[in-house]
Amino acid sequence: MATQHSRSAARLMMAPAVILLLGWMLVPLTMTLYFSFKRYLPLRGGDQGWVGFENYVRFVTSSAFWPSVQATLIIVGGVLLITIMLGVLLALLLDQPMWGQGVVRILVIAPFFVMPTVSALVWKNMFMDPVNGLFAHLWEFFGATPVEWLSQASLLSIVMIVSWQWLPFATLILLTAIQSLDSEQLEAAEMDGASPLARFAFIILPHLSRAITVVLLIQTIFLLSIFAEIFVTTQGSFGTRTLTYLIYQRVLESQNIGLGSAGGIYAVILANIVAIFLMRIVGRNLDT
Amino acid sequence: MPLRSSRGVASVIALAAATGAYADNHTTTVTIATVNNGDMIRMQGLTDDFTAQHPDIELEWVTLEENVLRQRVTQDIATNGGQFDVLTIGMYETPIWAAQDWLVPLDDLGADYDAEDILPAMRAGLSHEGTLYAAPFYGESSMVMYRTDLMESAGLEMPDAPTWEFIAEAAAAITDRDAEIYGVCLRGKAGWGENMAFITTVANSFGARWFDENWRPQLDSPEWMEAVTFYNDLLQNYGPPGASTNGFNENLALFQQGKCGMWIDATVAASFVTNENDSTVADSVGFALAPDTGLGKRANWLWAWALAVPAGSDATDEAKAFIEWATSKDYLALVAENEGWANVPPGSRTSLYENETYLTEAPFAQMTLDSINAADPNAPTVDDVPYVGIQYVAIPEWAGIGTSAGQEFSAMVAGQQTPAEALENAQALVADEMEAAGY
Repeated sequence: MATQHSRSAARLMMAPAVILLLGWMLVPLTMTLYFSFKRYLPLRGGDQGWVGFENYVRFVTSSAFWPSVQATLIIVGGVLLITIMLGVLLALLLDQPMWGQGVVRILVIAPFFVMPTVSALVWKNMFMDPVNGLFAHLWEFFGATPVEWLSQASLLSIVMIVSWQWLPFATLILLTAIQSLDSEQLEAAEMDGASPLARFAFIILPHLSRAITVVLLIQTIFLLSIFAEIFVTTQGSFGTRTLTYLIYQRVLESQNIGLGSAGGIYAVILANIVAIFLMRIVGRNLDT
Repeated sequence: MPLRSSRGVASVIALAAATGAYADNHTTTVTIATVNNGDMIRMQGLTDDFTAQHPDIELEWVTLEENVLRQRVTQDIATNGGQFDVLTIGMYETPIWAAQDWLVPLDDLGADYDAEDILPAMRAGLSHEGTLYAAPFYGESSMVMYRTDLMESAGLEMPDAPTWEFIAEAAAAITDRDAEIYGVCLRGKAGWGENMAFITTVANSFGARWFDENWRPQLDSPEWMEAVTFYNDLLQNYGPPGASTNGFNENLALFQQGKCGMWIDATVAASFVTNENDSTVADSVGFALAPDTGLGKRANWLWAWALAVPAGSDATDEAKAFIEWATSKDYLALVAENEGWANVPPGSRTSLYENETYLTEAPFAQMTLDSINAADPNAPTVDDVPYVGIQYVAIPEWAGIGTSAGQEFSAMVAGQQTPAEALENAQALVADEMEAAGY
């Protein structure tokens, strides 16, 4: 138990770090808020005064807004589904004792360390290109017409690229969770005659639920802001314009800082709503 | 205190400079932002000539794709970032930026530079209130490039001034999907400088316009419907696979590989498709004016890539020296000496088109000049419009409008929506943007 004195000293010591972090977060946020109430068009002479909530109304009523929210949710949902399902399976596999386990694990984790722009370029040019890509050759080998991935199945393509990047993260977290499972429990269940499927469903999966919620939470926060993959591959065409990308277009292509800032505030609100929901789920899981 | 610490920093820097192996107080670095087009890449290879004349100037290149370059440069100049000393900008940006005082006027270039020699259309497009703000590196219009051998075996003859009807007929006759020969290659990649440049010229020739005299968007007009349907049908029926992601460079590669019967694009491509080192079809390329529908406007654009100095540059004189070198008559002669006259950057200077050697060595020279002369940025459409610009609308909002609308048309080419849906969406978003901009 700390004394009153040592506690206030601790606060004093922590103050610089806390102030720095607060400033780090608050300054950009405040500036975004400030600009979102302004008519700010750099190519038309800059600041043109306060406009109240006009930017907010305009951003939501624009024809591009709802499709972009939809695209965002599809991408986030799709990636979460794929990474968690495949992540659980991969974690189970990697948990098996095998020769060269360490090397295999490092290889599985490797995609996570590839920069998003690089992986998007590799996927775009080496896998998904309808003429020279690996998939095109594969399709042709089996006598099928190559798919124009990035235009015909644009959302699926983005989901695939992003899933590939985030799968290692999910696998890593889930693998450590599986490793913490008491193997005696599994052996006991096996002796009682539980099938492998039943052991998975009633012992392993409930044990993993906490790890899964952690993966869900962290990935959602990062996935809401994916940008590089879209910028490199489709540039927002073919229905892949997410909320983040829409904001980018408003600020940099339309050169409308006010409108983009209002969009930024919406994105913050959206992220918070998602975070609150997820926190609740995690909280419930952590209690039980 | 601030004084002392800044002096401290200064002395540390001075020390580092004095001890640094590469330090040289007399060298000024000029950072040049440029596009990854063939002529620009060629210029980078020839800069030894410039650095030999100006040993105290060091050149640093930032080479980017067209769309990315525009965004980077716009952002830099709008925030007065000062990253670049020489900008490669187009005819669209120059008057808008000059009006904002973001560019340094180029009216004091040396006497032997001969600014009067610059083609009048280019000069007009790159000036603001009569002052030149950007020096053209090369200028272009658009025209039809076609394979004479394929036309011959199809039993057709390309007129000098074809109609769209003829282009569709020829495309149908040439297309042979099994042999991977596609009748016509057109831009489909989204972007105001990519597919929208082309689609806008098609629309102009069909009698459509972006805005009426009161700045009301006109994409719901029957003329637009006709033009976009025609473009879509042409690409769907006779275009290469994946056309919705093909821009200038992709189509150039396809044409050079002999996969396109016709290609309607920038005149500057002519020197690439007739260059025997790069093109497998160099000896069988013909040229014709961009098509029309008999309404009085042809589907050819006018564009110049030009070099300008941003007002935020800290090496204005050095930057001007570079621009003077890169856009001079001497540079044209330098390229001719190293790469042959056919590879000289075209469309910027009158004297080039009076040079007999150039006219004989570049089979496309006359057609390029005719195409440039056929374009009038001040009267781009059949009906009157309040804007300047043929394949663009010279207002700050155009880049945003063009790119978003371009994405709708790109999705149409990919088969995800019909021309009617694409036009409806484009009309809605153009109306949004124009309202947001306060029209």
